[in-house]
Amino acid sequence: MMDIDTVFLAVGLLIVVTIFLALYRATVGPEVFNRVAAINVIGTKTIVLLVLIGYIFERPLFFDISLLYALLNFIGTLAFAKYLERGEIWSS
Amino acid sequence: MSDNSGKVFGIAVTFCAMFLFWLLLSGYIITPEGKLDVIHVGAGIICSAIVALISHDLLVTGKEEKILSKSFRFFIYLGWELWQIILANFDVTYRVLHPKMPIDPLIIEFETPLRSDFALVTLANSITLTPGTITINVDPAKGKFLVHAIAQAPADALTVDKTMQNKVAKVFMEEG
Amino acid sequence: MVELIVVIVTILLAAGVFFMLSGAIGLLRLPDFYTRLHATGKCDTLGEVLIIFGLLLYHIFVYSPGAELSVQLVPVKLLFLICFIFLANPTATHAIMKAAYNTGLKPWKKGDPRM
Repeated sequence: MMDIDTVFLAVGLLIVVTIFLALYRATVGPEVFNRVAAINVIGTKTIVLLVLIGYIFERPLFFDISLLYALLNFIGTLAFAKYLERGEIWSS
Repeated sequence: MSDNSGKVFGIAVTFCAMFLFWLLLSGYIITPEGKLDVIHVGAGIICSAIVALISHDLLVTGKEEKILSKSFRFFIYLGWELWQIILANFDVTYRVLHPKMPIDPLIIEFETPLRSDFALVTLANSITLTPGTITINVDPAKGKFLVHAIAQAPADALTVDKTMQNKVAKVFMEEG
Repeated sequence: MVELIVVIVTILLAAGVFFMLSGAIGLLRLPDFYTRLHATGKCDTLGEVLIIFGLLLYHIFVYSPGAELSVQLVPVKLLFLICFIFLANPTATHAIMKAAYNTGLKPWKKGDPRM
C-alpha cells in the first residue's frame, strides 16, 4: 500500500515541473500575449499547488490562501487583457 | 410587486446568501464550550449587511422567471457538458502529442437567437471548453459569435450540426 | 473502505497531472498564440478540477472525521474553488484572446513558419 503523502509530494513536484515548462514560454515569448497567457497558466497551477501544500503540511489555512489567489489571478489577467486592448485600464 | 418592495427583497436575498457564505467559509459558529460564538457571528452579520446594502443590485436583477425549472435543466446540461470537456481534453492531448500535429486553424462566424446574458455566457464558456473551439468575441446585441477553431471538423460541429446551440436554447427556452 | 478511497484519489490525481503535463507540452509545441490557448484553456481546467476533486474526496473520507468544525467545512471551500475555476478559466482565456484579436495579431495558417 503506497503512502498517500508520497503521492501528494510526487504530484506537487510534477506540478512544479509543468510550472517550469510554462515559465519557458513566459520568458522566451515571443510577444507580450504569449507571456500573459503563460503567466495566467502559472497562476492557475499555483492554486492547485497551494491546496496540495495545505495537505502535505496539514495546515488548513492554505485553502483560504488558494481561494484568494484564484480571485487575484483572475482579476489580474482580466486587467492585463483590458490594458493591452485599450492602452488604459479605466475608460471614462 | 412595487419598486420599493423589490429592492427590499433583493437586499434580503443578498444578505442571506452572503451570511451563509460567511458561516460556511469561517466555520466558527459554536465555541468549544458549546455556546454561540457571538464575536465571529456578529462580525459576519455586520459585514454581510454592509455588502448587501451596497451591492444588492448585482446579485438580484429581478427579471428572472421560472428559475427552478431553468436551473434543473441547467444541471442536466452540465452533465452533458462535463462529458464534452473530457472528450475535448483527449482531443487536445492527441493533437499535441501526435508527431505531425494534425492542426489547421481557421476562424468562423455564426449567429444565434439567444439574447439573455446568462445564456450567452453559458454558450461562450461551453464553446471554449468543448473540443477544438475557442470563443474570441461575442456581440450581445446581434447574438453573433466569432470562434477560433483548431481544425475543420470541430468548426463544422458548430456551424452545421448546431448541437450545442440547440441544447443551450432548450435550457433557457429561447428557441427563435 | 479507506484504502479504496486512497486508490481512487491516486487515480484522480494522476489523471489531473497527466492532463496538466499535456497542456504544458502543448504550450511549448504548438505554433502560435491562438493554438497555444487551445491547449491551456481546456487541459488546465480539467486537470485542476480533477486534482481538487480528488483532494475533496480524500478530505471527506480520510482527513476530516473527528476534526473540529472549521476543518470539516473545508470541502465547501474546495467546491467553491471548483466552481470558480470552471467559470473563471475559460473567461480569462477568452479575455486574452479577444485582446490579441482586437490589437491585430494574425492567426497562424497551415504552412506558415512558427511564431
